[in-house]
Amino acid sequence: MRRYFGRKLLVYGLTFFVAVTINWMVPRFMPGDPISSMVARAGASNPAAAETMRAYYTELFGLDQPIWQQYLNFWAALFQGDFGISIWAFPSPVSEVILGAVPYTLALMIPAVLLSWVVGNWFGAFAARRKALDNAVLPVGYVLTAMPYMWLAVLLAWGLGVVAGIFPVAGGYSFSMRPNWSWDFILDLLHHWTLPFASLFLVALGGWAIGMRNMIIYELESDYSNYLSALGAPQRLIRRYAFRNAVLPQITGLALQLGVLVAGALVTEIVFSYPGLGSLILKAIQNQDFFLLQGTFLFIVLGVLIANFIIDIVYVVVDPRTRAGMAGAQA
Amino acid sequence: MRNPVRIVIPVLAAGLLAAACTSGEPTPAPQNTQAGNTSAVNPANPNSLPRHETLYTSGTQWGPPSNFNPIREWDYATGTEGLVYESLFHFDPNTSKLVPWLAESGSWTDDKTYEIKLRQGVTWSDGKPFTAKDVVFTLELGKMETVPFHNIWEWIEKAEAVDDQTVRVTFSTANYQEWDFQLYSRAIVPQHVWQGRSEQEVLDGKNENPVGTGAYTYMSHDQDRVIWQRRDNWWGKTALNMEPKPKYIVDIVNSSNEVAMGLLLQKGMDLSNNFLPGAANLVKGNFGISTYYPEPPYMLSANTAFLVLNTTKKPMDDPAFRKALASSINTKQIVEGVYGNLVKPASPTGLLPQWEQFVDQGVVGQSGFSYDVGKAKKMLADAGYRDRDGDGLVENKDGSKIDLSIIVPSGWTDWMEAIRVISASAKEAGISVTPDFPDFNALVDRRSKGDFDMLINNERQLSNTPWTYYDYMFQLPIQKTQNTVNFGRYENKELWKLVQQLDQVKTDDVEGMKKAISEIQKIHLEELPIIPLWYNGLWSQVSNTTWKNWPSSVGNAPKTAPTMWRNWMELGGFETLTQLQPNAS
Repeated sequence: MRRYFGRKLLVYGLTFFVAVTINWMVPRFMPGDPISSMVARAGASNPAAAETMRAYYTELFGLDQPIWQQYLNFWAALFQGDFGISIWAFPSPVSEVILGAVPYTLALMIPAVLLSWVVGNWFGAFAARRKALDNAVLPVGYVLTAMPYMWLAVLLAWGLGVVAGIFPVAGGYSFSMRPNWSWDFILDLLHHWTLPFASLFLVALGGWAIGMRNMIIYELESDYSNYLSALGAPQRLIRRYAFRNAVLPQITGLALQLGVLVAGALVTEIVFSYPGLGSLILKAIQNQDFFLLQGTFLFIVLGVLIANFIIDIVYVVVDPRTRAGMAGAQA
Repeated sequence: MRNPVRIVIPVLAAGLLAAACTSGEPTPAPQNTQAGNTSAVNPANPNSLPRHETLYTSGTQWGPPSNFNPIREWDYATGTEGLVYESLFHFDPNTSKLVPWLAESGSWTDDKTYEIKLRQGVTWSDGKPFTAKDVVFTLELGKMETVPFHNIWEWIEKAEAVDDQTVRVTFSTANYQEWDFQLYSRAIVPQHVWQGRSEQEVLDGKNENPVGTGAYTYMSHDQDRVIWQRRDNWWGKTALNMEPKPKYIVDIVNSSNEVAMGLLLQKGMDLSNNFLPGAANLVKGNFGISTYYPEPPYMLSANTAFLVLNTTKKPMDDPAFRKALASSINTKQIVEGVYGNLVKPASPTGLLPQWEQFVDQGVVGQSGFSYDVGKAKKMLADAGYRDRDGDGLVENKDGSKIDLSIIVPSGWTDWMEAIRVISASAKEAGISVTPDFPDFNALVDRRSKGDFDMLINNERQLSNTPWTYYDYMFQLPIQKTQNTVNFGRYENKELWKLVQQLDQVKTDDVEGMKKAISEIQKIHLEELPIIPLWYNGLWSQVSNTTWKNWPSSVGNAPKTAPTMWRNWMELGGFETLTQLQPNAS
């Protein structure tokens, strides 16, 4: 057991290091210079003042140091929990900007990922080998899963938001509200949350349903199912066994899909201008805000790695064979 | 797995709870600001703003409202200057006159001394009186090198508080034009709060819970909005007989045109200062949305879009070539095709319509340019630019190919279309110009280093004097990086001297200004280092559902600028708020 997790942790550690390094490098190789545009925006009427300002900000952000020094500084600061100052939201620290956005992304992602997985699996299993349902689920599932997130998001925003006027098109909560603990406010939050959630949920749902349907059909045709069936076991029981076996690849699938889902959530947030990490990433790229970009990616990398790790643990729990295998290796 | 609901519900709850928690943070902050004097005004401090008392605006703020620092004129939260901090004067573009604001009056006591009399009874939002010391303190902040108005101390000798109501400023060089500009642009900050702040705090400080003299105080903000609350004991109610009508102003951070449009159509926004490409259709259709003019150009003019030529490169260093290029540009097609008549073609001088009196029509008639392909071809031929290899495009005088590029930021769709038009019409005259769309930051980088052929820029806004435009076009000396002015690196010492002389003409001497400007125009049009193309609008779409009596060219409606843009509140933006009326229906 320890060796299994030890190896996993090592792999995760390496992934983390490489991902963080790449995400430190990429913005620095983008053309342009964030300080120039910052000073240009400042529009100081006097060129000499602009020059002083430029020198001052270059030093403030540590961009005047050699590139290897910047890289070392970056890691040093990282371990002190210091992500630097955001250029876009100057002078707010990056950590503050990100912490304001993370809850929105989590509130969107976690329910969307889990619910779509659970409902999709349940529905796929239910539909498999039931002719009428199957004929309906399969095409709908394919259409949903092939749909780009943002396209569905735009459709929903336009149809239910602009045309029907049932749902708001922007923001995390009404512009007339101030955050407080009241039912009005919580309802308002939910109201704004519904459409972005729905677009994520629906697209992911299709994929899981199709996957599960195919797995169940495969399992129902395997020897143990036929044997049970020949023994006269009730269909319910056979399906339950089939489900348990079929769900394992789906768990692996969840781990693999996580990255795609995160990317989808980011795009969806942008469409609904939902104040989460996705909107931040877009702004960070547009404003060449190295520090904010690094910070948000770091969070996403961490999030995906942690989720994968949890799935690894879950896998050990739900699949007795892994445990048996590990025990064998130890013995 | 058998009971999915058991897992899902707590997760859902946790997620939402977390969202509610962080967004809950900003609330406690505002209370202390108001403790001083507004506590009696609004004891309720509501969590939900009543629609009929609230004005929703957008179009100014591009990033989160992360500072309330009036020194950061380029990114302070919308309304920091105008709603909270005020200036000594406002400027009325319709009458071209300074309007006394915090100052009761101001006058030149001799050629190099300006005396400002302040109003009695103005208080800061923390209850302390506003005095001459605050004004002197604010001006002296400019002595710090990184403060954007540092340059005033190159020509101001000293500023002193004679008594509590009087400020005397002594000049070493009296730049009358620029001084008037400073008088209405500088936001006065309270000495008792700002004293002792370091240079870094002054330039970079967030200045949370701003204490100003203005009609509004800070209420709360979040990543995507800032909320201001009216201060009911504002001095202007009695002294100016003015009162802004909305009790709350919510400024929404821009995310995209689609969102702005959606909010407008859903009646969730009253004043949108965004550029909405189809604004003409919104006005014509029955959406309850209107603009300043009910017909083209729909908007007031706010600034001029110039074609900046890099005069250090061949063949843009040749005035004959520049003039031929100017004649080859089909501006009409940009105005009609690209903008759908939302903008107006610019005068060859580039001066905004509000400055029409300063355009010397004689000079324009003699050396102005207009779209004329035939003439452009002839000018090229006369100057020695001929097509030697028969590809329909002219070559340099020495026979080398001309292949110029013109750049605008990627994603600025209207400008991207505009330079495609320029490229096509220049090609007709035989000049090869290729449109290119680098990322904004890359463009800024290349612009400041002078690493470009041509670009479009409109960074100077309307002001009290055309001097600000000429300063932008011709400022010398050329620095290693040109960040804000004279991107084309055009060097003409004689012209720059004329611009400096214009600065020293008194602002009430209109004839003197005209004379100085006419001379500048003559050289500008003969040399044409920078080509005026069109006037960008003061983008403004308003909805009548909650507030009415918006400024409009029609009938008796107010004629002030309907905008919340930075540095425009003093040009009529604030006055607009005072003329609104609640729409009861």
